[in-house]
Amino acid sequence: MSLTHLERLEAEAIHIMREVVAEVERPVMLYSIGKDSAVMLHLARKAFYPARPPFPLLHVDTTWKFRDMYALRDRAAAEAGMELLVHQNPEARALGINPFDHGSAVHTHVWKTEGLKQALDKYRFDAAFGGARRDEEKSRAKERIFSFRTALHRWDPKVQRPELWRLYNARKHKGESMRVFPLSNWTELDVWQYIYLENVPIVPLYLSRERPVVERDGTLIMVDDERFRLLPGEQPMLKKVRFRTLGCYPLTGALESDAETLPAVIREMSASRTSERQGRLIDFDASASMEQKKQEGYF
Amino acid sequence: MQAFSRASGPDIDPEMLQRLQRGLLRFNTCGSVDDGKSTLIGRLLYESNALFDDQLATLEKDSKKVGTRGGELDYALLLDGLAAEREQGITIDVAYRYFATEKRNFIVADTPGHEQYTRNMVTGASTADLSVILLDASKGVLTQTRRHSFLVHLLGVRHVVLAVNKMDLVGFERERFERIERDYGELAQKLGIAAVTCIPICALNGDNVVERSQAMPWYQGPTLLELLNTVEVDESLLASKPLRMPVQWVNRPSSDFRGFAGTIVAGSLQPGDSVRIQPSGRVSQVARIVTRDGDLPKATTGQAVVLTLTDEVDVSRGDLISAADAPAEVANQFEATIVWMSEAPLLRGRTYLLKVGAKTVEATISPIKHKVDINSFEHVATSKLEMNEIGVCNLELDRPLAFDSYEDNRDTGGFILVDRISNDTVGAGMLHFALRRAQNVHWQAMDVNKSARAALKGQKPCLLWYTGLSGAGKSTIANLVDKKLHARRRHTYLLDGDNVRHGLNKDLGFTAADRVENIRRIAEVAKLMVDAGLIVSSAFISPFQSERRMARALLASDEFIEIFIDTPLPVAEERDPKGLYKKARRGELKNFTGIDSPYEAPENPELRIDTTALSPEAAADAVIALLERRGMLEP
Repeated sequence: MSLTHLERLEAEAIHIMREVVAEVERPVMLYSIGKDSAVMLHLARKAFYPARPPFPLLHVDTTWKFRDMYALRDRAAAEAGMELLVHQNPEARALGINPFDHGSAVHTHVWKTEGLKQALDKYRFDAAFGGARRDEEKSRAKERIFSFRTALHRWDPKVQRPELWRLYNARKHKGESMRVFPLSNWTELDVWQYIYLENVPIVPLYLSRERPVVERDGTLIMVDDERFRLLPGEQPMLKKVRFRTLGCYPLTGALESDAETLPAVIREMSASRTSERQGRLIDFDASASMEQKKQEGYF
Repeated sequence: MQAFSRASGPDIDPEMLQRLQRGLLRFNTCGSVDDGKSTLIGRLLYESNALFDDQLATLEKDSKKVGTRGGELDYALLLDGLAAEREQGITIDVAYRYFATEKRNFIVADTPGHEQYTRNMVTGASTADLSVILLDASKGVLTQTRRHSFLVHLLGVRHVVLAVNKMDLVGFERERFERIERDYGELAQKLGIAAVTCIPICALNGDNVVERSQAMPWYQGPTLLELLNTVEVDESLLASKPLRMPVQWVNRPSSDFRGFAGTIVAGSLQPGDSVRIQPSGRVSQVARIVTRDGDLPKATTGQAVVLTLTDEVDVSRGDLISAADAPAEVANQFEATIVWMSEAPLLRGRTYLLKVGAKTVEATISPIKHKVDINSFEHVATSKLEMNEIGVCNLELDRPLAFDSYEDNRDTGGFILVDRISNDTVGAGMLHFALRRAQNVHWQAMDVNKSARAALKGQKPCLLWYTGLSGAGKSTIANLVDKKLHARRRHTYLLDGDNVRHGLNKDLGFTAADRVENIRRIAEVAKLMVDAGLIVSSAFISPFQSERRMARALLASDEFIEIFIDTPLPVAEERDPKGLYKKARRGELKNFTGIDSPYEAPENPELRIDTTALSPEAAADAVIALLERRGMLEP
């Protein structure tokens, strides 16, 4: 009897996490509260059981996440008995950087990209687990599982190391660090199936419910708190929506859907693969812009 | 089997249940764009609905714009890494792609680049259960087919599918296909590939890829996807073998729990099983298999587990837990095949870090027996391996290692080599067998040993290793020190270029490979002399850190004293006592250190002598003072 594909993916991710803990000095897990982070945290708890995962969680916060996300973050960390480090870029705070005045590119760069570098330097972490998957985008298809960064956090594609078998070379010089992606070989559908099978706690926003949204340039944006700036004449309307990815709420597109349960989400996802390109554009645009942010250096 | 906590539930329908229980097959594809490889992968992704709508939309647009199929879908565009490479200014080496059928999920490793082909293909094949080798039916078995087959076999891929593509170009002719099948059968037999399936396909139209071909009713075998859906994966083969589990991490949350975490790479285990800890050989029993969802009654190949033992045996990271009655072999000398992946060549005599399983040891490359021409399979004599070359070598480790031959198990027989200065992964290798020498040739235990010999001379032996540029003053200072030691009635010997290069090493030149061998021999001779109880000085440029490290490793830690004669290049060149720099500058001397061959300065020498500040006499006194401080000489 051989393992199912999800069992193999789970074993691979656990193997990678243990390898990092055995070979580096100061690992950390980047925790963004999304579905991939949820799976990562769950895997970490399994990998080191009965010990607690021997590293802290790091949330590089932008102060603009959905309220539901903050609620889950604090609960999940406490339940895992892990230290939760929250870093908010003090410069971004001082300058009042926000998605409305500064646009998505500046907002993301200052809060997330710069914030991440600050946090890694501050705590001198030499390996950071990230939840990126190779199926997310064409250019990611070649990303290594152990991805090396210079002391200045630069990624040099020419010096990435070949990865054979289950062997990972985690040696590095002083000041250098690694991003490690245990979910490299997972697809989006694998993540959902695993969340369902393992009962992994996720932010309820992934399941469809009536939520207040406005439509801008064909994208449904949820009005999550009083900081949202309505345009003249704009009125939030209640629509049955869910989210495929979660980030800063004013920058995240919602998806009209009837999927109120995980099996329904999984079914909807499987079906969406065969459908013609209609109605899903919002979603793809949202995920593509997410990807771009990552390329700018967030991960 | 570890069950997920919700493998069944009220809201789960049969279709989803089936999807959640699918297996996984990893395969790689070999062939060039000309063979229709991208078209084939694109078709597999398309037919299994693994393409998202936006990808299809882009494909439709690109097909009309730049496609080669008159506006119809051109799958090659979808996967052609070249565009992405150009856009991003990177070289895509191994790209991984994902799709699923009703039976299985698949991970495809694709190696699109033409550069570094060997390195990339080897990486992609290392995790593959199966390889699809493509060829063009109108061209038949070519040199590249031989190359791909050799590499795939070398990496131990058990199933090879020869996809004979573009059958439409040869009129779907049966004879044509059968001739190729025969030709390839001979090649496979020569290489020793056991399981080969040849399938006539037309990737462009999908013939025999997913759907059975209407144009080739004479073909009775499986379609490509049928085969991918049913071929046995390595993991199920390995599950019936004796247990192997490399220990990755010792799990010790409190003083009353001590578990060993690792991935089972062969066999299975259950509580009560006898296991052997290797290399120590201690035997114990499995007490528990611990998971967060409760203890397991059994665990099998591929699972990442934590287990506890009934005894307090010593187990640490890198040890191998094996079936007690069928343990792995333990040795410290091996024959192995190495695939070289670094721009700096592999040299005999060099020491690298070798990682196998969770264990990292030091490995020295003793002779390179030959390299293999991957097109003709011929063996060629060599003293080094360049990037992308493959050779068979002997390896000597600094301590014993538990292993299986790579043929039996990729995880306990496959290794990477890491350069300890750059930290890069510079090579990958496959262990074949242990060299029996380690067990059969025992050291002659001698009653008169080093300390007895040293005691007779009333001294502590050591090696003074002088390193520095040509003309730095190594020989001058070493000579002065030797004289001073002699005057104190110490027994010494000075090894230098004149007494070594003209005798022991007169067969060696000045290439990087010969320099490595030169230093290796000097270090070994010096070691014997230290063993004889002498205070030995060696005065050689010894430009490479790795050889100096090797020499250091031969001796006890307090016996090796590295003295860096630090003279800036312009000063040494100005002195030029033998006129060598002038010759080198004129191009009459090749590979001259400092001019066209590098000098790697020591990072932590026991002593650094700045010859621009100290006279030779003062430098010699500094060496003597160091020996006194270290208790090698009485003040």
